[in-house]
Amino acid sequence: MKDEQLRNNVHHATDVIQAKRARVVSEMPDWQQLREAGKQIRQHTMQYLDVYLQQFETNCTRAGGVVHWAKDAAEARTIVLHLVKASGSNEVIKIKSMTTEEIALNPALEEQGIHPYETDLAELIIQLGHDRPSHIVVPALHKNRQQIREIFQREMHLADLGDRPEDLADAARLFLREKFLRVKTGISGANFLIAETGGVCIVESEGNGRMCLTLPDTLIAIAGIDKILPRFQDLEVMLQLLPRSATGERMNPYNSIWTGIHPGDGPKNFHVILMDNARTEILADSESRQTLNCIRCAACQNACPVYRQTGGHAYGSVYAGPIGAILTPQLQQMHHAQSLPYASSLCGACYEVCPVKINIPEVLIHLRNKVVEQNTAGLAGAFDMEALAMKTMAAIFQDEHRFRAAQRLGRMAETLLPSTNGWITWLPGILGGWTQARDLERMPKQTFRDWWEKRETNDR
Amino acid sequence: MALPNRVPSYLTQGRVGNIVSIEFTIAASRGATLRISLFITCYNDTLFPRTGQSVVRVLERLGHTIDFPPGQTCCGQMHYNTGYQAEAMPLLQRFVDQFAHAEAVVIPSSSCVAMMRDHYPKMASQIDDPNLEAAVAQLLPRVFEFSEFLTNRLNLEDVGAYYPHRVTYHASCHGLRNLALGDGPMRLLNKVRGIDLVQLPALDQCCGFGGTFAIKNPDVSTAMLAEKTGAILSTNAEVCTACDNSCLMHIQGALHRQHTGIKTLHLAEILAGEEAASR
Repeated sequence: MKDEQLRNNVHHATDVIQAKRARVVSEMPDWQQLREAGKQIRQHTMQYLDVYLQQFETNCTRAGGVVHWAKDAAEARTIVLHLVKASGSNEVIKIKSMTTEEIALNPALEEQGIHPYETDLAELIIQLGHDRPSHIVVPALHKNRQQIREIFQREMHLADLGDRPEDLADAARLFLREKFLRVKTGISGANFLIAETGGVCIVESEGNGRMCLTLPDTLIAIAGIDKILPRFQDLEVMLQLLPRSATGERMNPYNSIWTGIHPGDGPKNFHVILMDNARTEILADSESRQTLNCIRCAACQNACPVYRQTGGHAYGSVYAGPIGAILTPQLQQMHHAQSLPYASSLCGACYEVCPVKINIPEVLIHLRNKVVEQNTAGLAGAFDMEALAMKTMAAIFQDEHRFRAAQRLGRMAETLLPSTNGWITWLPGILGGWTQARDLERMPKQTFRDWWEKRETNDR
Repeated sequence: MALPNRVPSYLTQGRVGNIVSIEFTIAASRGATLRISLFITCYNDTLFPRTGQSVVRVLERLGHTIDFPPGQTCCGQMHYNTGYQAEAMPLLQRFVDQFAHAEAVVIPSSSCVAMMRDHYPKMASQIDDPNLEAAVAQLLPRVFEFSEFLTNRLNLEDVGAYYPHRVTYHASCHGLRNLALGDGPMRLLNKVRGIDLVQLPALDQCCGFGGTFAIKNPDVSTAMLAEKTGAILSTNAEVCTACDNSCLMHIQGALHRQHTGIKTLHLAEILAGEEAASR
């Protein structure tokens, strides 16, 4: 919260993307029907995920691809390392992929002496700046042009680099072209895996992804098992929802679908790693299963007033914003990130913009319930202060006489607090969070129910 | 009716999707006397009794009678939204017990109505009691947020109010998104005599209250609030109104801390204003 530059960058960038999104969404008369269709497709897919995954494996294999299954991040990393080594290369070019961030693939590659080159412009900025992505779609959104120029000057040894967008793009182009032509192994994520055809769909804006898909001899795609779409035809819905929600574009400039291998054209070896990494556990929870419907557009991040204040790094997780607040704790089996389900005012802006209608506030509340269940379990739980206060309040609300007594008691206790002209400017303990920047008016002398009773008595 | 051109168009469009749809009985009820049960809510009862008094005044002025079931306490929203769902269950049961036979239930708090519409049906289905599930399903269509009751149930815009001040309206998130109040509150305010109604910029932005969020994440909450108070100050309004005293308590806390002199008042308190007894 203290980095003003970062907050300004995030505010500006999310404002720009939100305005673009609003414009291209408003020109779609059937947007709400599209959202509903998107939701139905994703819901159906999750319901029959086992069937579609096997169908994908069959069809991808038939087309000449090799399908690998990874139960967690460690297994996925091991498979990638094995495949890269088998390709004979000690360098890889990478398409932007949140899944590879999720499994911390780059450090694992580097540890084995394999150098990964990020080829997405924003990911390149992140990599050269020794930074972490702060946004699912626009990972360097927290950096402005001046900061990017400084990173390029330093890391590409370009002392005279200008600060116009063209200058920066030129520098990145020169830097990357050489890698595209030299490096023979590529790693990608996937936007969608099409069960019907065994194809891997990748959408992007820059064309670097197309280079990575076509130039290497070996291509390795890593995807969460949630990325499945049943039919080719389902792209009709998804490729309308995704670009408009993500970048405010009517369609993505580059839409690639890679299906197996083709003699004389593109990679000779094509691998797809289907990774679980706690997704089947999310699938098993009927209340939060909808988390898996996410198509990673990040519209919820741009719309979220909390994200807009803090930026992505404050979430302390690969996936930030509202979707990160529900996805991350579940990917970590609720072991960490206890605070994330509470990083929301439940304003509902995320749900309103979600292209597949994930009710994020509902899932947040469900996860809060899980956190409370954890915190109040066992002996230590019996002494949890918040739980004690909440249980006391609940007992009070279960009887109107108790409630009345508590109202009177509250008024008495309140008189102990210092106040000026009827306003309290300091509260003790955890309640001090309120008076950090807000005053509180003293309680009125009479409750509504007291007034009502008196009025009824006088009427009679 | 025509809206002043400062009302953004998206407010006048019905929002589709997202929303739990409730079949309202749109009865031309002008002239018909209703017995209206008031659920005041726990925090209005304790902290904002004048809001309740204003609701009573407006509805009685329109010729209806008010009933106040004395056993009422709280809807359970704080517990439910903070993760204490088991603690919220008996409060659902209590609400149904108190209001099952009401002709109409009026609640001067969008977020409490949203709690009921969005969560009561699911909560009821989790309790092993088919009668409760049916009772909730039968009761909910008769539960209204205060402004919604006036515009959608009574089909009213002019409730005979007088309030000669410059006023801006804050659309609470639960009113805007969960209840889809749309331009209802603005239409009511627009008919108030003497009012100088001014549009609040960035109307769809959360004020940062969010219940326990304001205390659990005070820095973020405060930063969101600063944007909201900045928008309110830019309108030069004397009064900021809303359908939720929870947002208003939060906003008022900062407006007072910053010595702005701007008051916050629940919509009901403005609609209760009368020419003879003008404030």
